Amino acid sequence: MSFNAGAVIADFPILSRTVRDGKRLVYLDSGATSQKPTEVIDAESNFYRMHNAAVHRGAHQLAEEATDAYEGARSIVAQFLGASVNEIIFTKSATESLNLVAYAMGNAPAGNRFQLKSGDEIVITEMEHHANLIPWQQLAARTGATLKWFEVTPEGRLDLSNIDSIITSKTKVVALTHQSNVLGTINPLSEIVKRAHAAGGVVVLDACQSVPHMPINVKELEVDFLTFSGHKAVGPTGVGILWGREDLLSELPPFLTGGSMIENVTMTSATWAKAPKKFEAGVPNMAQAVGLGAALTYLNRIGMDQIFSHEKALTKYGMSALLEIPDLSIVGPTDLEMRGGTLSFTVGDIHPHDLGQYLDSQGVAVRTGHHCAWPLTRKLGVPATTRASFYLYNTNADIDALVDGIRNAQKYFG
Amino acid sequence: MQLDNLYQEVILDHYKNPQHKKLSPTYDAQVHHINPSCGDEITLNVTLSGDTVANVSWDGVGCSISQASVSILSDLVLGKTLAQAQEISDSFMALMQSKGTQTGDENLLEDAVALAGVSQYPARIKCALLGWMAFKDASVQALAKNQ
Ligand SMILES: Cc1ncc(COP(=O)(O)O)c(C=O)c1O
Repeated sequence: MSFNAGAVIADFPILSRTVRDGKRLVYLDSGATSQKPTEVIDAESNFYRMHNAAVHRGAHQLAEEATDAYEGARSIVAQFLGASVNEIIFTKSATESLNLVAYAMGNAPAGNRFQLKSGDEIVITEMEHHANLIPWQQLAARTGATLKWFEVTPEGRLDLSNIDSIITSKTKVVALTHQSNVLGTINPLSEIVKRAHAAGGVVVLDACQSVPHMPINVKELEVDFLTFSGHKAVGPTGVGILWGREDLLSELPPFLTGGSMIENVTMTSATWAKAPKKFEAGVPNMAQAVGLGAALTYLNRIGMDQIFSHEKALTKYGMSALLEIPDLSIVGPTDLEMRGGTLSFTVGDIHPHDLGQYLDSQGVAVRTGHHCAWPLTRKLGVPATTRASFYLYNTNADIDALVDGIRNAQKYFG
Repeated sequence: MQLDNLYQEVILDHYKNPQHKKLSPTYDAQVHHINPSCGDEITLNVTLSGDTVANVSWDGVGCSISQASVSILSDLVLGKTLAQAQEISDSFMALMQSKGTQTGDENLLEDAVALAGVSQYPARIKCALLGWMAFKDASVQALAKNQ
């Protein structure tokens, strides 16, 4: 099937509404959250309309249907990532997934491979979203482990030149982003994974900005944990995924405790169910999980290869159009290899907040600020940037609207 | 264009020629405030003489709204008593919360009425208030120190 952006746009009802007094909505903020196709909206509301019941609990038909739908969604996610079903944990978001891993490691007793203590090292990078930075920073503070990080080069790539001193025999965990939500940089993983494993550590991959945009197979990536948020992958809010290798999930202690995650309970003790249940305490976000299943089915039908190439073409077009604008500088790699469809930039002395406001008045939705990666923007010496992020429903016409908007803003604030 | 309600000429003037944007070497209180949602930062110094604002100076980075707002504020409160400054600040606060229903008391707020349009853009109210919150904080600290 060849990619047809026009047909894709028709699948997303919100894209036919107007904003700011009749302007066509030009949505370039999918890095923050994606829009949803009708079949996802329907899947979520049909769950409530027809099948709603607490999964894994009731002794009735609805409970059976709800459980089938919820577990069906788990299979879809597993297939989408090339994983086994029991390795897929539903969380409420990537933020929760990352906290789950960090807190669970913090709960690990002596003798458990995940136990962290003074002298152990946790490695992150300077380009992490706060969601993959603060949980590790705080885990280090709680356990006495040392936090280390890879720096970012002026071009916006990871500086791996000192990998020998960053990943050492003391490394217990390396947590990094697959694709930067600010720079668009796609990080090379193989060397990092090889070193981390040689040291006996695990690799946690924040795939929030990659899973929605490119084909991903966890087995090929060889990482140990991976997370993404449903809402950035045309799915609902309130559902995220944590994937982990089966053997690791069986050794990792739980994070949240409560209903559904137990094997046996007495007044003074409890034992845990096997993964994934061990990590899914309480009645989960069922309708959202079902919606995510519909979202990944939708993306699969379009084809992740097709989506990746479409975004690559948009990025190429967008990059050259933006670079023609006087005073505009791209923050992040300007070569198209190993980068995705996220373009952050500054425009002369126009503050991003003002630029974003102007673009909004033209119907163009972008994000401005530090994009929850404050240490990164500080490092790059910009207090804030404007970010345009692309997805399958964007077209060159959207980029043209962005470019016109920026040029007009230069006149307005000039 | 509706945007012109937000970006009044007065605001762009203050943005391009900010008033009192040079930190004084001495002060009774210095505060540093940050808007965590967008990264705007301001450092603001206050010196009192009795209960009169003898000097206000600041430095910072931010959008036109935050920069113009603190520039206007500095002009406004300089030479006023803390009670007068409080009255101005209360009136400005009310204007920001007005969702576009008020135009502001020009006798009291002077140039600050140009920021009335901000109240129609909920995401920008925090930008406009950054300097005002910093001033409030600094004047309380300065007063405590001098007592
Ligand atoms: C790279 C990256 N990591 C983590 C997150 C956090 O995702 P969520 O807010 O959905 O938990 C985001 C989303 O902003 C992101 O872009």
